[in-house]
Amino acid sequence: MAIRNYILVCGGTGCESSHSDEIYQNLLAEAEAQGVGDEVQVVKTGCFGFCEQGPIVKILPEDSFYVQVKPQDAKELISEHIIKGRQVERLLYNIDTLKQKTAKVDDIEFYKKQYRIVLRNCGFIDPENIDEYIARSGYEALEKVLFDMSPDDVIAELKIAGLRGRGGAGFPTWMKWNFTKMQQNEIKYVACNADEGDPGAYMDRSTLEGDPHTVIEGMTICGKTIGAHQGFIYIRAEYPLAIHRLEVAMAQAREYGLLGKDILGSGFDFDIEIRLGAGAFVCGEETALLQSIEGHRGTPQPRPPFPAVKGLWQKPTCLNNVETWANVPVIITRGGAWFNKIGTKDSPGTKVFALTGKVKNSGLVEVPMGTTLREIIYDIGGGIIGGKKFKAVQTGGPSGGMISAENLDTPIDFGGLSAIGSMMGSGSMIVMNEDDCIVDVAKFYLNFSVDESCGKCAPCRIGGRSLLNILEKFTSGNGTHEDIDKIKAISHAMQVGSLCALGQTAPNPLLSSLKWYADEYEAHIVDKKCPAGKCKKLITYVIDPDKCIGCTACARKCPVGAISGEVKKKHTIDASICIKCGACMASCKFDAISVH
Amino acid sequence: MSEKKEIFSSKLIKFINEWRDKPGNLIMILHQVQSELGYVSRESADKVAEMIDVPLAKIYGVLTFYHFFKMTKPGDNNIQVCLGTACYLKGGESLVDEILSQLGIGIGDITKDGKFSLEAVRCIGCCGLAPVMTIGGEVFGKVTKKQIPGILSKYL
Ligand SMILES: Cc1cc2nc3c(=O)[nH]c(=O)nc-3n(C[C@H](O)[C@H](O)[C@H](O)COP(=O)(O)O)c2cc1C
Ligand code: SF4
Ligand code: SF4
Ligand code: FES
Repeated sequence: MAIRNYILVCGGTGCESSHSDEIYQNLLAEAEAQGVGDEVQVVKTGCFGFCEQGPIVKILPEDSFYVQVKPQDAKELISEHIIKGRQVERLLYNIDTLKQKTAKVDDIEFYKKQYRIVLRNCGFIDPENIDEYIARSGYEALEKVLFDMSPDDVIAELKIAGLRGRGGAGFPTWMKWNFTKMQQNEIKYVACNADEGDPGAYMDRSTLEGDPHTVIEGMTICGKTIGAHQGFIYIRAEYPLAIHRLEVAMAQAREYGLLGKDILGSGFDFDIEIRLGAGAFVCGEETALLQSIEGHRGTPQPRPPFPAVKGLWQKPTCLNNVETWANVPVIITRGGAWFNKIGTKDSPGTKVFALTGKVKNSGLVEVPMGTTLREIIYDIGGGIIGGKKFKAVQTGGPSGGMISAENLDTPIDFGGLSAIGSMMGSGSMIVMNEDDCIVDVAKFYLNFSVDESCGKCAPCRIGGRSLLNILEKFTSGNGTHEDIDKIKAISHAMQVGSLCALGQTAPNPLLSSLKWYADEYEAHIVDKKCPAGKCKKLITYVIDPDKCIGCTACARKCPVGAISGEVKKKHTIDASICIKCGACMASCKFDAISVH
Repeated sequence: MSEKKEIFSSKLIKFINEWRDKPGNLIMILHQVQSELGYVSRESADKVAEMIDVPLAKIYGVLTFYHFFKMTKPGDNNIQVCLGTACYLKGGESLVDEILSQLGIGIGDITKDGKFSLEAVRCIGCCGLAPVMTIGGEVFGKVTKKQIPGILSKYL
């Protein structure tokens, strides 16, 4: 019997944590038990991107989009959808604005404005089956490069495409390849940066989990173009599923003659090895990464020489980011001119963002460059959680900046984000609302950079620590206006005196927030108040005597016994004992406790 | 003289021997040691130094540089609470507080009976499900304070 339906189950790390594997197993078992085992094909795919609503199950050809599916729903999905041909209404994704259930993926706002190049296969194919990648034009680009194109043709195509590196800096990819190609050396290397250290970013993880072959194919194409025979993928040890999928994919590619000796009979040899990172953010920096692959402490090295000239073991090395690699095969098959039409003149193509924080639809989104922040946060992201007010969005992680409401209509590309004091970075996009304290978030990022500084240069090591001390003063009510001048002087020293971009960019979240949220800093410095109620030393919990009915719930919850009062009488909090844990506020059913 | 007790399994010894002469092997070997033994003890570090002939100082240089490597034995169930940006904004810290009040351990501590240890991590790539924690590799997403006792009880 022919296959009637394809059931796609998300097998990304996110959905797997919500038992998607069990859903997958149950669907297989139920299909068998209900006698339709040979009419449906159940496939475990990579991430669909809509993580907020996971675990997700999609059924083709109807394109029904089921969300928050539980393992026990498998039975009904088979008996209703597959056998009776009726969609299971209660599991369909609900567009609340329309108050109606949607059936098709194309109807969902979250996907409408997206354009998928990098994630073209994520959520469509079984990443552990090379045939599915091949069926969607996989390895066609490699074939073209091996047999029909010269290395210069490949570089010319990348130049026409205008692809810029997606690891953060946006360096033109063709130029990097060309530099490495021009080096006269018997031995050269290709390397993939899958360190993804920015906390709040998971584009690269999802790409590797959902479509590992595209990265392998991209790297092999580069090997042929620049004359390298060995590649390395440097991936964080925190990503076990991505590592597993890469290992499976590489083994299958070798079996098919797409990796290893004499690829497709072309006489070209190329293989890839995996090297694990070990939880050091600075190892995402290219020279530190190469140190780490060599087995050393990951400390950045002065450039020049650039890796393209002297990289791994002093040999010319071409290093690109996962997302950059994933773009390469598509550019080769569809042509640079096609790619160049997408996005903006400054930055052709698309960008994948990890949209998280106080936004309704957290998830992975891929949009053409030039899409505005507002479109991403409101149209795709569905706006702010709980109808609260937008405060800021941070792009570029610890190296980026906070962007305020006035700049939400900025079209996003490398240049556009730099112009408003942030940067593209690797693609994290963190939304903050009125409950978040700007000073606290700036402190969070700075704390991260201070922890992750390798300590090699004084401006980064000492400057970062001094800035953190100043922020500590602000959040505990001891800040002064002189501190603001000090921030500017220290930041300048870090920007000009640090060896690598970690130190150079660490002040960015602080500087950008000082610029756009000066009044929030003022509130901390002058009024000694935290408007968002986050900075514990600046807040007090108070009980409203008009609302308190004396139920004693809060007094019983308070871990330090700061609350007193008799039963059915007004209660009070002793501020000198209170540790500001907020337990009382959460326990009061009468909304009598508030933060001041 | 009595025989020294073998601390590495034969599988691990085989792995190390395979990687012995590969350039850049040290980090890969330390990962393998940690994945088998849960941490890299002084004894293991000594043994690796001897097997691949690198100075112990170099091994400690690497171990102390990378956050992922542990030099003390973790609990039977190592709890990781994510304090990456997305999880931080969604209340990751309150999970740490709740674990403190449930188990009496803070970040970097281990319970007296050795059952649980607690570690803060920086983004495990499940930011869409923030706040996130893991226990022994199992990932829990959108965790609330209230769920913590239930989650912990599975491991008691
Ligand atoms: C502190 C620091 C961390 C970085 N982290 C990453 C990372 O996690 N992933 C990445 O691809 N690039 C990262 N980069 C950028 C790399 O140094 C490098 O520019 C990039 O991998 C080059 O690839 P591309 O040309 O494809 O963008 C980081 C840079 C710095 C300074
Ligand atoms: S700037 Fe900071 S992280 Fe970069 S090399 Fe210097 S000390 Fe290390
Ligand atoms: S919980 Fe609320 S109502 Fe009850 S005693 Fe405390 S403040 Fe009063
Ligand atoms: S910030 Fe917690 S998983 Fe990414």
